Amino acid sequence: MSGLQRVPEVRETVLDNGLKVLVQEVHTAPLASVWCWYKVGSKDETPGVTGVSHWVEHMNFKGTRNIPRDQVKGIIEKFGGSWNGYTWIDQTTYLETASKDALDRMLFIEAERMDACLYDPADCESERTVIISELQGGENDPEQLLDIEVTAAAFKVHPYHHPTIGWLSDLQTMTREDLYGHYRRYYVPANATIVVVGDVDTDDVLKRVAAQFGGIAAGSRPARVRQVEPEQQAERRVVLRKEGTTAYWKAVFHAPAFADEAFFPLLVADAVLNGAAGLNIWSGGGVSRPQRSARLYRALVDGGLASSVGGGLMPTEHPYLYSLSVSVAEGRPLAAVEEVVLKEVERLQRDGITPAEFAKVQAQLRARFVYDGDSVTDIAHQLGYFETIGSWRAYHELRARLEAVTLEAAHAAAVKYLTPANRTIGWFEPITGPGA
Amino acid sequence: MGLNPIRHVLDNGVTVIAKANHTTPAVSLLVGVRAGAYADAADREGTAALCARVLDRGTVTRPAGVIADDLDGRGASLSVIAGRHQMAISATCLSDDFAAVLTLTADIARHPAFADTEVNTRRADLITSIRQDEDNPAPMAVDAFAHALYGTHPYARKVRGTVASVESIRREDLVRFYQKGFQPHAVTVVVVGDIAEDAAVAAIGKAFGDWTSGGDKPSGLSGSGAAIVPDPVAPAERRLVTVPMMNKAQADIAYGFVGIRRSHPDYIAYSVMNNALGQYAIGGRLGDSIRERQGMAYYVFSSLDASLGAGPFTIRAGVSADNVERAIASIDSELAAVLQSGFTAQEIDESKSYLVGSLPRQLETNAAIASFLLNADFFDLGLDYDVRLPGLVQAVTLDAANDAARQLLDPARATIAVAGPWNPDAAATQSHR
Repeated sequence: MSGLQRVPEVRETVLDNGLKVLVQEVHTAPLASVWCWYKVGSKDETPGVTGVSHWVEHMNFKGTRNIPRDQVKGIIEKFGGSWNGYTWIDQTTYLETASKDALDRMLFIEAERMDACLYDPADCESERTVIISELQGGENDPEQLLDIEVTAAAFKVHPYHHPTIGWLSDLQTMTREDLYGHYRRYYVPANATIVVVGDVDTDDVLKRVAAQFGGIAAGSRPARVRQVEPEQQAERRVVLRKEGTTAYWKAVFHAPAFADEAFFPLLVADAVLNGAAGLNIWSGGGVSRPQRSARLYRALVDGGLASSVGGGLMPTEHPYLYSLSVSVAEGRPLAAVEEVVLKEVERLQRDGITPAEFAKVQAQLRARFVYDGDSVTDIAHQLGYFETIGSWRAYHELRARLEAVTLEAAHAAAVKYLTPANRTIGWFEPITGPGA
Repeated sequence: MGLNPIRHVLDNGVTVIAKANHTTPAVSLLVGVRAGAYADAADREGTAALCARVLDRGTVTRPAGVIADDLDGRGASLSVIAGRHQMAISATCLSDDFAAVLTLTADIARHPAFADTEVNTRRADLITSIRQDEDNPAPMAVDAFAHALYGTHPYARKVRGTVASVESIRREDLVRFYQKGFQPHAVTVVVVGDIAEDAAVAAIGKAFGDWTSGGDKPSGLSGSGAAIVPDPVAPAERRLVTVPMMNKAQADIAYGFVGIRRSHPDYIAYSVMNNALGQYAIGGRLGDSIRERQGMAYYVFSSLDASLGAGPFTIRAGVSADNVERAIASIDSELAAVLQSGFTAQEIDESKSYLVGSLPRQLETNAAIASFLLNADFFDLGLDYDVRLPGLVQAVTLDAANDAARQLLDPARATIAVAGPWNPDAAATQSHR
């Protein structure tokens, strides 16, 4: 059964105003999932307004010309629906999943969000402190602190440098006009894709979408980021010494963008080191990573040096980072962890991958791609996500791109990318202080 | 309609529940065991949690490495979690691999080896994760809250244990815990996914049918197999405990009361009340006040943890240190407003619509269906609970929801814990760490 997968039918339509519409019928439950995607994320931000995309996302839940502020959040929940949104480096998205009877409501909300948000100055102010609270909640976590420092050190030029939440000083000083200007520039049909997946009729959905969105002025496609990160010339290091109880080790390597032919080979190499993680950043496929036979898990966790280890290669528009992250076991030195990780990386580069390992991780990745599309919400997420970093068609090509990876290509990707000069290493060294 | 699963009890007492769902070529398998941290010996908190970590690390005939290779080679995932009253082995695999993964899962449930080396490694892992929590205001606030709220009641204890208690757990403790808890009649196996229901039942029968009960009956179980949990003594007065963590950026507040049992006749009314107070549309009334109108917190919500015993009703918020007093005062005043004037009919209607309407969405994936069915079985809610639930929710009246609020929410008897960079006048508080 798993060998013969039919490519599901997705209808792509572009309205006159440039809005792209993707519809897929899935008739297993009486549900529909609507996602509205914008090609704007933290990489599109300039110094002084870092975090603006994420803050704009928050503001777009605060009432529109035709949806009073106090009804925005309840409008879908009345139908038992869930709704949410997220902002990351390449994209901002909003979703509703609810009974298919609520389809019109969901589309109405997204049409309003695209064109009619209010940006009441008082709301902008009260949200400033909510976002600073979100940032500080994140800072409570030493792993997040380390991640922010290491990422910033790895990118000197490309705006992937700054965190999606933004820098605190920018969050303190950004104005309502910064927010509203960003909204008007990027929230236009020509920069958006609406995805509908569920127990729906495609022609009916297209009619409803045209009715809700057809009247919105096209706008112009925003300018794209032009910065290119220069090749890293030498290893970089970040050492954080702060109060804490646990040590964390992290390394990031500049990595290929999703469209690059080296992306899947590196994904396979990661699976050899850490077990296959799949490519759904929304739900993570909903199941834990099969990693107990993976090289780094055996060396570090079974070896008693770490309580957890993970690898991360995210599908992104521009070249981003491949990361290795380790929670160090109580009482074990960071240096010992680093030695073992780097030894395993060097062994991978020197001796390559065994055919048995290669077959194993291919099977894992095939299974992950199935789990990644476990619900209408996940399928709609995957179509829209890949559209924001290239094309939704990539979602249906995952399997073929995976099958095309050879053992040699995966080995070559490890040799090319996991080099000392291409990496930034971060340590979080806990120190005992007052109150700790 | 509804899920309409098959339920079958094997001769040895293992309960089997199966539901076919052919959306994706995958299967979720959930083995629930009526044994959790509640059964931990008094000085061995964390036994169930450590048992869960070691259980799948080798059986009598399969070393840990063989299990790992087998699962990883199929891209299957398997994990074991321990709760207060239950442990669950949960596996997800492609349907082609179901037979093999079931065989492995049954072996893990029936013949764990508890090898010393694994016990030692996983004990160290668990201690590291406890240390990580000690550096995180959210779990520290929740722990301090439970400790202050429950006092000497077993619900004051931590499922994952403390560093000291976990350090003292030996292999024999795990074996003893396992032998008491893992008995066929305490086990429910749920299979949901791309497999016919009768085939699933037959396969479970083959994998678990010849498991015979050990000598001793699980302790503390009533006739229906449920642990008997004594009623906690609810605090008569308000109290505040603090866990100063001055190196942190933000403080976490846990505020609440002793709640109700899952078997409480008004459980559904309490759920509707909880949704209106601290869930609906990002945090209900509390979210509207503290996040929306005052911009004080990224998150504020309430939760009702009704179990075999009266679990806590908890309000949680993360705020800057400057806003701790203001946030607590806001919670107080929102509760006072509910007590005085009740919810509006609209609030309760909206929460009811949400709880009814969200059911199909919550039952979309194999794993979610499996966990719903296991829960229904654990609490004796009936195989048709998914069909009955909407009617039960609809029957909750405004008065019933307001009564539930009046029974539970009294700021004068609230227990409050704050963990984070906040250290008020020491004279006014007790410190807990």
